Amino acid sequence: MLLEIKDLTLEYGRIEALHGISLEVEQGEIVALIGANGAGKTTTMRAISGLRPVAKGSIVFDGQDITKLRADKRVILGVGQSPEGRGVFPGMSVMENLEIGAYTRRDKAGIAEDLERCFALFPRLLERRKQAGGTLSGGEQQMLAVGRALMTRPKLLLLDEPSMGLAPMLIQQIFEIITEINSQGTTVLVVEQNAQQALSRAHRAYVLETGSIVKSGTGQELLNDPSVKDAYLGVA
Amino acid sequence: MTGLEQGAIYALVALGYTLVYGVLRLINFAHSEVFMIGTFTTMWVWGWMGIDQNTKIDSVGQMVMLIVIGLVAGAAASAVTAVTVEVVAYRPLRRRNAPPLAFLITAIGASLFLAEMIGIFTKRAPFGPPRIIEPAVAFAIGPFKVTNTQILVLLVALLMMAALDQFVNRSRMGKGIRAVAQDPDTAALMGINKNRIILLVFVLGGAMAGVAALLWNVRYGFTKFNVGFLIGLKAFSAAVLGGIGNLRGALLGGLLLGVVENYASGLFGGEWKDFTGFVLLVILLMFRPTGLLGESLGRARA
Ligand SMILES: Nc1ncnc2c1ncn2[C@@H]1O[C@H](COP(=O)(O)OP(=O)(O)O)[C@@H](O)[C@H]1O
Ligand SMILES: [Mg+2]
Repeated sequence: MLLEIKDLTLEYGRIEALHGISLEVEQGEIVALIGANGAGKTTTMRAISGLRPVAKGSIVFDGQDITKLRADKRVILGVGQSPEGRGVFPGMSVMENLEIGAYTRRDKAGIAEDLERCFALFPRLLERRKQAGGTLSGGEQQMLAVGRALMTRPKLLLLDEPSMGLAPMLIQQIFEIITEINSQGTTVLVVEQNAQQALSRAHRAYVLETGSIVKSGTGQELLNDPSVKDAYLGVA
Repeated sequence: MTGLEQGAIYALVALGYTLVYGVLRLINFAHSEVFMIGTFTTMWVWGWMGIDQNTKIDSVGQMVMLIVIGLVAGAAASAVTAVTVEVVAYRPLRRRNAPPLAFLITAIGASLFLAEMIGIFTKRAPFGPPRIIEPAVAFAIGPFKVTNTQILVLLVALLMMAALDQFVNRSRMGKGIRAVAQDPDTAALMGINKNRIILLVFVLGGAMAGVAALLWNVRYGFTKFNVGFLIGLKAFSAAVLGGIGNLRGALLGGLLLGVVENYASGLFGGEWKDFTGFVLLVILLMFRPTGLLGESLGRARA
């Protein structure tokens, strides 16, 4: 098991945002976490990457308990994240944004290799490499955020709503690239409101509702589940 | 020229305010005392070497050596002071998620503590550090006379600022500073240790204040436990004037403030010097609230 979350509870002040969720990601999988706005998807991501302390429960990554580990140290272990809202550094060029993804790495050859891979996945970034991050379009920023996360050479890639604010064409494209990244050997945990795309791409998926996991199964099972269809797929 | 010289010292001190503000959104009031401790340390180190106001320094070699030693000692002492304030005072507050007001009070407290500590230790007496360089006119362009100390002050200050600018814009750690300034959470997701970057910022800002302290000693040959107060205020104004959080803004703001002050004291008399500086600041902020160059380290922080 690459990632194993057990009974995770997280609080914002007095408000409990996650009520003891459990979730697993196997090496090589694409796992989707779907849920409505405010369900706690981003909160879950922030717990995994260490940006928020957890109240109860445990997170084990690659055989190591990381529940209390500092966020920057989790990156070195192999947890890479493209955050909600993309978090592109606005005052840095595309190239600098990508370079900073490799901040903790010293393997020059490996970094050059990953940079090339990034540009192969997102040729657009190569064209824009000198442009300031803040001046990119939404779609380009999303590509940059994903590319930058790849530059950390993650074992587990966390994607928080990669389709947010993108045109349908681009959404299709970004999910194709996610599948491509996965087939190159990176395990992916993707959070989405766009359940249709996420479920059809994912090996397995979890449904999160107001801080609790209410369902899980293979992507296909959930696509065909009447209550999921009803709530998340926009078909009666 | 006198204005540029003073302005260069303001600018060096201003860098410390701007760096810390860019990363922490905190006005580090103790920075003026970081400067003050630099002036004393430089003087003490020279004193230990048997150099005082009456020492005759005859060779250029000895002069250069004393300046370099003073610079390193001042920069080191100021950097250590700045880091101590961060570790002892600010870091515990951050760990507890203290509100901004707590940081403000702590900053003022740290400033007073350091000033009073040196005040008690030195019996609040004024001191005259040796000036090392006998001031003399080096050359003149028309009516403008340029002295040897002015050349030294401007040269050292500009070199330091250029080096810092390159470091922040090009080096890996410089990128780390900008990343934390622009978006601390995302910076953590890149594997950047925020506390280490904050420490670095205090080291850099402190060292710059220490260099300013050496130049101050060479230029004025005077220090006192409260020498930091007015310089700090001026440097802080210079930082705001240029756009706080912006390194090049600190340079521009410092030089501008120095020149305007000197021009005004030439025009209205010396007692108007401090007055005009702040009038300039207030007027400029009315028209450009973010300063001349705006904010840049943390440009468009989310
Ligand atoms: N920084 C915060 N402080 C307080 N409450 C928060 C904070 N962030 C999120 N929440 C609350 O936690 C719940 C889950 O939010 P979030 O994880 O962002 O949901 P999602 O990503 O699924 O839309 C929401 O009720 C939200 O209002
Ligand atoms: Mg979210």
